[in-house]
Amino acid sequence: MGTDPKHLEITLETQVDSVNVAEEMCLRVAEAAGFGEDDCYKIGMSVREGVINAFHYGNKERPDKKIHLAVDLTNDKMIIHVLDEGTGFTLASVPDPLAEENLLSTSGRGIFLMRAFMDEFDVVSGRTGGAEIVMAKKLPLQENPGTNGQGSQGASPHQGA
Amino acid sequence: MPLRATHRDAGQATVLDLSGKITLGEGSALLRTTVRKLLDDQRTRILLNLADVDYIDSSGIGELVSAYTTVKGRGGELKLLHLTKKVHDLLQLTKLFTVFEVYSDESTALNSFQ
Ligand SMILES: Nc1ncnc2c1ncn2[C@@H]1O[C@H](COP(=O)(O)OP(=O)(O)OP(=O)(O)O)[C@@H](O)[C@H]1O
Ligand SMILES: [Mg+2]
Repeated sequence: MGTDPKHLEITLETQVDSVNVAEEMCLRVAEAAGFGEDDCYKIGMSVREGVINAFHYGNKERPDKKIHLAVDLTNDKMIIHVLDEGTGFTLASVPDPLAEENLLSTSGRGIFLMRAFMDEFDVVSGRTGGAEIVMAKKLPLQENPGTNGQGSQGASPHQGA
Repeated sequence: MPLRATHRDAGQATVLDLSGKITLGEGSALLRTTVRKLLDDQRTRILLNLADVDYIDSSGIGELVSAYTTVKGRGGELKLLHLTKKVHDLLQLTKLFTVFEVYSDESTALNSFQ
């Protein structure tokens, strides 16, 4: 069950509701792949944060631009790509939200949460010239039948750039 | 489920009971306008009851921080009550757990305002 590689792609409009569409699609895939509730929450949140950034920073909320979401299910992980039509950015330029001077900032935590909630996270320059977020979560081990695949819990955040 | 917010007076403080999600869009906006209204009514001691909030995204976290600093700027205090596990973990992860005063018992929280 669920061991053939699978690929899903969807083009989303640059609008707030795309955030929910993206989250729901990824949640459906994650649940079918056997992720437990906690992992599904983390995957859903990461997708939301990625798509919100694509909507706001990448596409600058311009309705003529699109957000490209792709999900791959391999033998051992779920990989999610969020590509926008902006001009891209580098992770090194993103401030650390845990730094003392940023603790009371009202923004700047989205990327931090994606890194903390996923097992792999990177930002590359996509084919559109925009930012492409590539993030992955390891599939839960299926060795414990009966435990509803509670996967890896309490993954610690990857700090620094 | 969208965010719902109702407030009740408890001595010198006001308890703001929230339920639903605090996320980008309506949830974050409702928190902002509700806190602003309480401040306009001179209610500056605010206890946010988050017992029925188990989903907050980065926008919601930003809104919590904004509420905290806005209330403080008006000479008041904003504290948190009854965190769900998800919200507790989120505040811990973002190091905000040490910024906010967090309570698990309402009367203890209310007494702390005196
Ligand atoms: N798709 C993107 N295109 C261009 N720049 C981006 C993109 N995503 C993120 N960034 C840059 O990275 C910064 C950090 O993003 P992050 O999601 O961590 O915080 P935020 O969106 O500013 O606030 P929050 O997510 O906490 O509401 C942004 O302020 C922006 O400058
Ligand atoms: Mg963001």
